[in-house]
Parts: sequence; C-alpha cells; structure tokens
Amino acid sequence: MSIITVKNLRKSFGKVEVLKDINAEIKEKEVVCIIGPSGSGKSTFLRCLNRLEDISGGHVVVDGHDITDKNININKVRQEVGMVFQSFNLFPHKTVLENITLGPVKIRNTSKEEAEKIALELLEKVGLSEKAGSYPGELSGGQKQRVAIARALAMNPKIMLFDEPTSALDPEMVGDVLEVMKQLAKEGMTMVVVTHEMGFAREVGDRVIFMDGGYIVEENEPNELFNNPQHNRTKAFLSKVL
Amino acid sequence: MDVISTSLPILLQGLKVTLYIFVIAITLGFLLGLVVALLKLAPFKILNWIAKIYVDAIRGTPFIVQLFFIYFGINSFHIISLNNTTAGIVTVAINAGAYFTEIIRAGIQSIDKGQTEAARSLGLTGSQTMRYVILPQAFRRMLPTITNQSIISLKDTSLLSVIGIADLTQQGQIQASATFEVFKIWLIVGVIYFIIIYLLSILANFVERRFELR
Repeated sequence: MSIITVKNLRKSFGKVEVLKDINAEIKEKEVVCIIGPSGSGKSTFLRCLNRLEDISGGHVVVDGHDITDKNININKVRQEVGMVFQSFNLFPHKTVLENITLGPVKIRNTSKEEAEKIALELLEKVGLSEKAGSYPGELSGGQKQRVAIARALAMNPKIMLFDEPTSALDPEMVGDVLEVMKQLAKEGMTMVVVTHEMGFAREVGDRVIFMDGGYIVEENEPNELFNNPQHNRTKAFLSKVL
Repeated sequence: MDVISTSLPILLQGLKVTLYIFVIAITLGFLLGLVVALLKLAPFKILNWIAKIYVDAIRGTPFIVQLFFIYFGINSFHIISLNNTTAGIVTVAINAGAYFTEIIRAGIQSIDKGQTEAARSLGLTGSQTMRYVILPQAFRRMLPTITNQSIISLKDTSLLSVIGIADLTQQGQIQASATFEVFKIWLIVGVIYFIIIYLLSILANFVERRFELR
C-alpha cells in the first residue's frame, strides 16, 4: 500500500529545471534512502513531498491527498508529515520543551500538560531528558538534531522526511542521531531520508534511490544497488563515495 | 531659584501632556507599522504598493509639513474637525508608523527562512508561524532600533507646540516670555527631556536583557 505516490513530478527554479519527470512510490513502513551527488535534486525532491517547494508539474499524492491540488489544505497534510532539516531549525527563543510542544498545543489543541508529558517521553527516547529546560543555543549539533526529531515526532506523523540530517554534524555526533533514526525505523515509521551516510542506507534502508541530474537513475534494495549497480552513473558515484 | 519653584510645576504639567501624547502616539504608531510591514511582505502587489507609497510619502516630507497638512489641511475641508491634540497624536503616530514599518519589515526578513520552513512543516499556518515563531524572534532583534525611533518620536512631539498644544516645549516658551529667565527655563526644559529619554533607554536596556536569546 503506497502512502506516497509521485507521478511525473517536475520542478523548475526560474529557467533551471531541477526535477525532470520523477516517478516514485513509497509504501507504508518503508525506509527509503535517497542518495546522489550535490545538485542532483534529491533535497528538492524531498521538499516537494510536503510542498515546501511549489511543484511545477505532475502529481504528488501523500496519504491519499493530492498536494499539487491548490485547493487542498496543505497544513492538514503537513501535520502527518514530519520533517527534519540539515540545519536543525529549532526555534531559538523557545526551550527544548516548548519547541516540542508548540505544534501539538497550537495545531492539535492538545492540553499543555498532555503535550509536555508526550514531549518528555520523546526526549527520553532521543536520550535528552535532562535538556528539557535548555535553550537550543545551549545544545551541541547532535543534541539539536535529536530535539528536532522529537519535535517532528510530537505531531505523531505518519511519515518522516529527513533532509541530510547528519551533514552539519561533527563526526562523533553523527552516531547518536543515526541511532535514533534506526530505532524509529525499527518501530515501523515510514521514512524518506536524503543522506550521504551510505552505511545507514545499506543497513537501515529497505530501498535506495539514486538520483542524478534531476532524474531517478536507479532504485533497488540496498545490497543490490551498492554491490551490483546497473548504470554507469551509479557506478561512478558509488566508486567515489564507498 | 525663584524661577524654578514657580515655573517647574507648570513645566511638569507640560511634561504630562508630552508623555500622554507620546505614549498614545507611539503605541498607535507601532501597531500601524506592524500592519503596514505585513502589507509590505504580503504576496499581493497592490498591498505592497500601498505600503510603499505610505512609507515613501512620510519619509520624503518633513514632520512639520505633515503636522500642518493634517491639522490645517484636513480641517480646511470642514468634513471632520480634529482638535490640536488629536491632530498631534495622529501626526506622530503616522510619522513613527512609517519608520516602524521599515524596522519591522527588516526585522522579519532578517529571520532565517529555515524557521518558517520548520514551523510550516509542523503544519502551522502562515499567520501562526508569524505570531509564534517569526515575530518573537524579530522583535528581539528590532528592540534597539525601536528604542531609537521612539526617542526620535518623543523629541518630535516638541514640534507640536507650534499648533498650540500645551506640551513641555510650549510651556517652556510661555514661562520664558513670562519670566524673562530665558537661559534657565530652556536649560530646565532640556534637562527634563534628557532625563525622560535617559529613563526610556534604561527601560529599553532592561527589556533587551530580559528577552536576550540564550
């Protein structure tokens, strides 16, 4: 059962077409990793899945809603789609706890007490219980990213999008974040992950999509794609990063 | 010393008028600036243009001309009649509003767009994002410039004496010609303005520290 269906997706920035006829299906509980060189369009593709980018053409159906339809309530769809950014984007004027409770309280009308209870559970899950009262500025990069994951999870989304979640982190911080993501995958979360962490893609991914030049060049289960790439472009890329 | 004991109470009466006008006008001006800043950033060309014309018109003309336009110009039509206090408050508010517009617009635009993306990706609407995420951060950044503009507007109120408002400057003028103690009177008036503005900046410093980002 596909929870995301992408048909003939195109995206242009001015005259530059960065996504050219993308077709993809993502099934419930599937972990899909998107890899590819810089400028291949993988982040843009991900950002089209919750319409953070205006879509130039084609259709993107998320959880039964065609988000390319201008009349759809995109805010409703986004509540079901959590997103984690490369640069964390925590709200610096709010404490860790307030960062996590903002969505549930303002959007889902959860009571403050209930939202805080959930937030503390999530903080425990990402290993940061003691940071509830801290401000983002007081956290390390890895801690920030784990809070960002907790913030997205607080909305109890059906899908989680990760846009290079470990690319801005010190190497020794990467492991903690990947650990949280692995746990999430184990619990059956549907995840789409744009990443340069080939180890993660191989170990956790159910499927890997290789993108280049605005196209999906190749997709396959991780072992198959990494060990036996079919296209020259994939081979060339993998030979550089593996 | 005699001058001080007779004139000071009257000057303080004037100060009360000055502060009364300032507080109302600066509050209105700030709200006006906030609304026009949002118009300026709205995705509608017509609204952007209205906002731009307002800001350009106010920035491009002297305060006193705006004051005469509103007090004498508008009253000359005999459709509405503004008394001098109302005209004074309206002028200071409209004048400050234009500068606040630019301060608030720049403050909002200075916030990283990742903040908007994070808020919108949670499912917050555009206006919720503005209210809970962007404005609280922008406001902190704007505080020093808001203080600056408030001080300028407070000093601008002294020009309201020319339409007969009995503010601190007007009372100074009356006392100076009544007592002929020109030097002392204007010194006292200056010191009063200075103290008020000094207190205002201490207050602003306090607020700034209180809201500092950690």
